[in-house]
Amino acid sequence: MGSYAIRRLLFAIPTLLVISFIVFGILDLAPGDPTGQLPLTIPPEVREQIREALGFNQPFIVRYGLWLQQFLINEPLNLLEKTCDGTWCADWFASSETRLRVTSWSTRSPVVDLIIERTPQTLWVVGMSYVVGILIAIPIGIVSAYKQYSIFDQVGTFISMIGFSVPTFFTGVLMIVIFSVQLGWFPSVYDTTLVVNDWPSFWLQVKQMIMPVMVLALFNASQLSRFMRASMLDNLSQDYVRTARAKGVAEKIVLLVHVLRNSLIPVITVIALSIPQIFGGAIITEQIFRVNGLGALLINGIQSADYPLVQTLTFLFAVLIVLFNLIADLLYGMLDPRIRYD
Amino acid sequence: MSVEAVTPEDALLRVSDLKIHFPIYKGVFRRKIGDVKAVDGVSFEIRRGETLGLVGESGCGKSTTGRAVLRLYDPTSGDVHFEDRDIAHLSNSEMRQMRPRMQMIFQDPQACLNPRMTVGAIIAEPLMEHTSMREAQRKERVQELLEAVGMNPNFVNRYPHEFSGGQRQRIGIARALALDPDFIVCDEPIAALDVSIQAQVVNLLEDLQDQRGLTYLFISHDLSMVQHIADRVAVMYLGKIMELASMEDLFSQPKHPYTQALLSAVPVPDPATEAKRERVILTGDVPSPSNPPEGCVFCTRCPIAQKKCFTEPPEWRELQPDQFVACHFAQ
Repeated sequence: MGSYAIRRLLFAIPTLLVISFIVFGILDLAPGDPTGQLPLTIPPEVREQIREALGFNQPFIVRYGLWLQQFLINEPLNLLEKTCDGTWCADWFASSETRLRVTSWSTRSPVVDLIIERTPQTLWVVGMSYVVGILIAIPIGIVSAYKQYSIFDQVGTFISMIGFSVPTFFTGVLMIVIFSVQLGWFPSVYDTTLVVNDWPSFWLQVKQMIMPVMVLALFNASQLSRFMRASMLDNLSQDYVRTARAKGVAEKIVLLVHVLRNSLIPVITVIALSIPQIFGGAIITEQIFRVNGLGALLINGIQSADYPLVQTLTFLFAVLIVLFNLIADLLYGMLDPRIRYD
Repeated sequence: MSVEAVTPEDALLRVSDLKIHFPIYKGVFRRKIGDVKAVDGVSFEIRRGETLGLVGESGCGKSTTGRAVLRLYDPTSGDVHFEDRDIAHLSNSEMRQMRPRMQMIFQDPQACLNPRMTVGAIIAEPLMEHTSMREAQRKERVQELLEAVGMNPNFVNRYPHEFSGGQRQRIGIARALALDPDFIVCDEPIAALDVSIQAQVVNLLEDLQDQRGLTYLFISHDLSMVQHIADRVAVMYLGKIMELASMEDLFSQPKHPYTQALLSAVPVPDPATEAKRERVILTGDVPSPSNPPEGCVFCTRCPIAQKKCFTEPPEWRELQPDQFVACHFAQ
């Protein structure tokens, strides 16, 4: 399996290079101008100078090459320099001052620093919503499959249909109206500056996380519980389940050991494949609750035609998707003895 | 229906008037609109140490009968006595206590083994559930069982998909034997196997029966295989037993027109006889088990059916000692 993983990773390199080129090309073809948001009073020749200063007037291929060098060579070197700082290899990677970094056009700060700054909020809110969603979805899926067509199953189907079909920008606003405006239980704006250092501040953090997490968890759980239910139903009708019952195995073990373990294989793959979406941030939900995570960063970048920022973020999502595809495949191989990679 | 005149201690399993109906739901509110009468009033018994063959075409309720006998389905009505306990009405936990004594071998040797468990774990699971054996004892027992079914005992750590169909069926048999049962339902154990492997598996089943004094309910649609292994044979059609007789009687002098038609379809491995073989060809299709004909269920296809057959269900008659027929006109 190790050599398989290495082979796949090597194949991923050309794939990612092609993706980065296509993304760069699309961004270049898209209408938009980094000076578009500046006041109209600025004369055209000044705008031209700004573009020149940003390097926007250089040929496409030169800009792409520079981005590649800055992101794929300079940034990793900076990272190495930071980790080696003060150790025996310190002066191997020194001289970061001379290395150009990928710089955001609208904020003038390095894109990588921006991303590192925004990631924790997204991971907390969106990541937690996935955890909550999984914790809700799996038991519901098990029970609805085991008691197919029961009242529980019907109600579960109805709720997941609602959760699936009602968009998060509606449920989010609805929750704000009910719980922030009417009841006043939770804040409607996520406060990123909150420092958790004692119980009251922890409680505040929980309170401001509940709504965005629940809105996303409802959406995720409704998809995942259907998956879980279908997978359980698939396995419940298999002969080996009848064998287990004929052995005289307790019903609980039949369900939780035989059926559940086999049913989880496809569900775990689905979960692994959707993890890159966590990093993508739920763009809409982050906007509604003013969580300034990666989704909000991407939206801002697009609005101000901040090409280096959008290019870098999109490329990082591509890397994560390729990586988690590989992880899902490897997980499948580990969970299902019928699948072997070599 | 009369119960056969056999002393109770002979009979390991007695089934009387067993019915299994599956409800059919339809429409928006899933109202019940009828029943599939998969098994509709079946009575037979299996004597200790014998093999009862259960034959019939697909969909006639053979497998359902086999599963109901082990309480894998809850019967709609009727009794199933195992020795002197009525297992049709035991609670689930009481039934679990009975499971070690009765086991099943399934038709599809691939699907009936959990793909994520090793062979060792599959065979050891009933031991874990029903005995207090320790790890080492269990391991020994698993190897012993694998050897008993003619497999390499070192295969314990392999997964089912690594074996051929015949080997998997042997694993299924080893699993069924793990708890030393008295009674095994073989639900078409050879239907999914190559002919060359079929003989091996059937011979293995026979050897195990001799060594361990097992009692089999052998479900099959392969008449020649049933002729080889069964002591007595029951012929099913549309949820009912048509004829029940010893193997010799049934094959030499079948009484029921359905049995006669079935037997006439078996090819004979001798060109001279085969050329002269006369087939009774049944016309039409099997009626729907949700709406079986009134009177005799076979009346729609029976070559000798008369008016009476369409209105009056035939009685279960003992035509001669140990040969029972459900037909108005058989003699």
